[in-house]
Amino acid sequence: MATPAEPILEVRDLVKHFPLTQGILFKRQIGAIKAVDGVSFDLHRGETLGVVGESGCGKSTLAKLLMALERPTSGSVRINGRDITTARGGDLKRMRRNIQMVMQDPYTSLNPRMTVGDIVGEPFEIHSEVAPKGDRRRRVQELLEVVGLNPDHINRYPHQFSGGQRQRIGIARGLALRPEIIICDEPVSALDVSIQAQVMNLLESLQKEFELAYIFIAHDLSVVRHISHRVAVMYLGKIVEIGRDAEIYDGPTHPYTQALLSAVPVPDPEGREQRQRIILQGDPPSPANPPSGCRFRTRCWKAQEICAEQEPALEIRPGSPHSSACHFAEVRDVVGSG
Amino acid sequence: MSEPIVTQDLVQSADEHAGSAHPTAADKPRGLWGDTWDILKRRKIFWISLVMLVLFLLMTAFPTLFTDKDPNYADLARSMEGPSEGALFGIDLQGRDVFARTIYGARTSIIVGTMATLATVVLGGITGVLAAYYARWTDILISRVGEMFLGLPYVLGAIIILGTIAPAQSNPSEFMIMTVVIIVLAVLGWPILMRIARSAVIQAKHQDYVQAARALGAGPLRIIFKHLLPNSLAPILVYATITIGSFIGAEATLSLLGIGLRPPVISWGIAIADHAQYIRTGAHALFFPAAFLSACVLTFVMLGEAVRDALDPKLR
Repeated sequence: MATPAEPILEVRDLVKHFPLTQGILFKRQIGAIKAVDGVSFDLHRGETLGVVGESGCGKSTLAKLLMALERPTSGSVRINGRDITTARGGDLKRMRRNIQMVMQDPYTSLNPRMTVGDIVGEPFEIHSEVAPKGDRRRRVQELLEVVGLNPDHINRYPHQFSGGQRQRIGIARGLALRPEIIICDEPVSALDVSIQAQVMNLLESLQKEFELAYIFIAHDLSVVRHISHRVAVMYLGKIVEIGRDAEIYDGPTHPYTQALLSAVPVPDPEGREQRQRIILQGDPPSPANPPSGCRFRTRCWKAQEICAEQEPALEIRPGSPHSSACHFAEVRDVVGSG
Repeated sequence: MSEPIVTQDLVQSADEHAGSAHPTAADKPRGLWGDTWDILKRRKIFWISLVMLVLFLLMTAFPTLFTDKDPNYADLARSMEGPSEGALFGIDLQGRDVFARTIYGARTSIIVGTMATLATVVLGGITGVLAAYYARWTDILISRVGEMFLGLPYVLGAIIILGTIAPAQSNPSEFMIMTVVIIVLAVLGWPILMRIARSAVIQAKHQDYVQAARALGAGPLRIIFKHLLPNSLAPILVYATITIGSFIGAEATLSLLGIGLRPPVISWGIAIADHAQYIRTGAHALFFPAAFLSACVLTFVMLGEAVRDALDPKLR
């Protein structure tokens, strides 16, 4: 799916450090949480980039930076060539039309005191030039139909819907301004498994219909594999491996990705017995004080002296046909699917 | 594939609940306030409190509708006489008709109570929302100033302010002393409401739907009025309705100390303060103004509660 054309989203060296302060009145900075620390990638029209990683690796901060809900410490996020991180006022508001978000928890992402019509219609009220006033109601009902909800439910309140239906409302709100990019921040992790599949299928069909590009953030590897064209694996604020979904799932080269994939449940009893689980030792280090060199070295079984001294760049290596940030990158099939 | 079934269930139960089974009901766009009114209309408690409120407001505006006696006519010979046919609620210490004084007292008590509460809600609400929304220095400034006022003991603060503006020996006009008392109550009372509003707004601010609105490009006004306020109104409303009662009581305390409202102004607070020590010999002179005060507070509390419930879509 990845076309060689101009990417619609270019992220370069994105860094977000949250200052750690001490003192009440006169705050002193005593350090920083390096939530996102030098992330770069491209996204093309109609493409889905899956972002995986364990809790606290900076996935959600990355989403907030892309949405310009947080200002980055440094780096740039270009949408169709224009940097959203430095945009202000009316410029920023216009750029927001192109990038929207579907949030994780459908129970908190909808204002409980607004009707569905008001929630889905809010984008049109904020960007009043997109739809003339008399037309808005019809547009809202169209959107509800697109996401598979009954357009007559426009006067209902969020609590009258199930979790899956609420997530559809959130998706309708994200679609309202016809954005080219939608950031999905764990859009199905709060839903029942049976509903997850429905929402995933909806997202896929919407992608075909509107040529949407998704950044799909999740910690569930099988969900990401289902929808993504390319996958990026994050660890402690950095991307450690990025490539097409088949490359990552069938031939991971970074030890962290291999460990992650070895933990995916295998629905085949024989394969399950044959494969090796890679069990990582310890917890991820604190993002306030990451290890020198390679950040994964403290839990890595391949770690040697060079790993502590030199930070491995995310690049194509002799042992890795796709970009991998490991000095000793080599393909290892951990899923056992051949 | 369970979702369509869920939808069906929802349609039925929700329509039964709303009492509108025809799909054309969806044609009229509705909002929070319209729906709130629809709910209120069906609540008995709302109508009861509304009728009582209208009664009290009539007393405030036209006391002559209820009594033709002069509340200031005093016949010391009949001091502390119990209720009789001529004087429904009896006679007070100074030989005045308790019923007439209770009716006439509604005006000052209700005006002082509601106006002081209104001023507190406006002052505390605005500062609370600003502190919560803008955080950082705005929050520090507002919170610390609020704590300064909160640290001032209530009665002491009132004595200092009232004693300076309207000392006990002076003879200020009725309007003037009421205004000063209202201002004093509001100035000393706003920090509590500021804190309630602040904490409610901070709680609402971190909800995902506020992030979603920001991601859509909503400005501060839209976020405050569409998202934050409707979701933090409940605690403010509850506290405000209780405050009306406590302010009427506080007004009485100030009167007792001789620095608040003072004769010839008639108020429930003054009547209660005057007769508090005669509870064993002439309870009627204390009972009736106190009963009216309680009924008035109850009215506002019930009204506030009804509005709060109607504002919450989950209780529909």
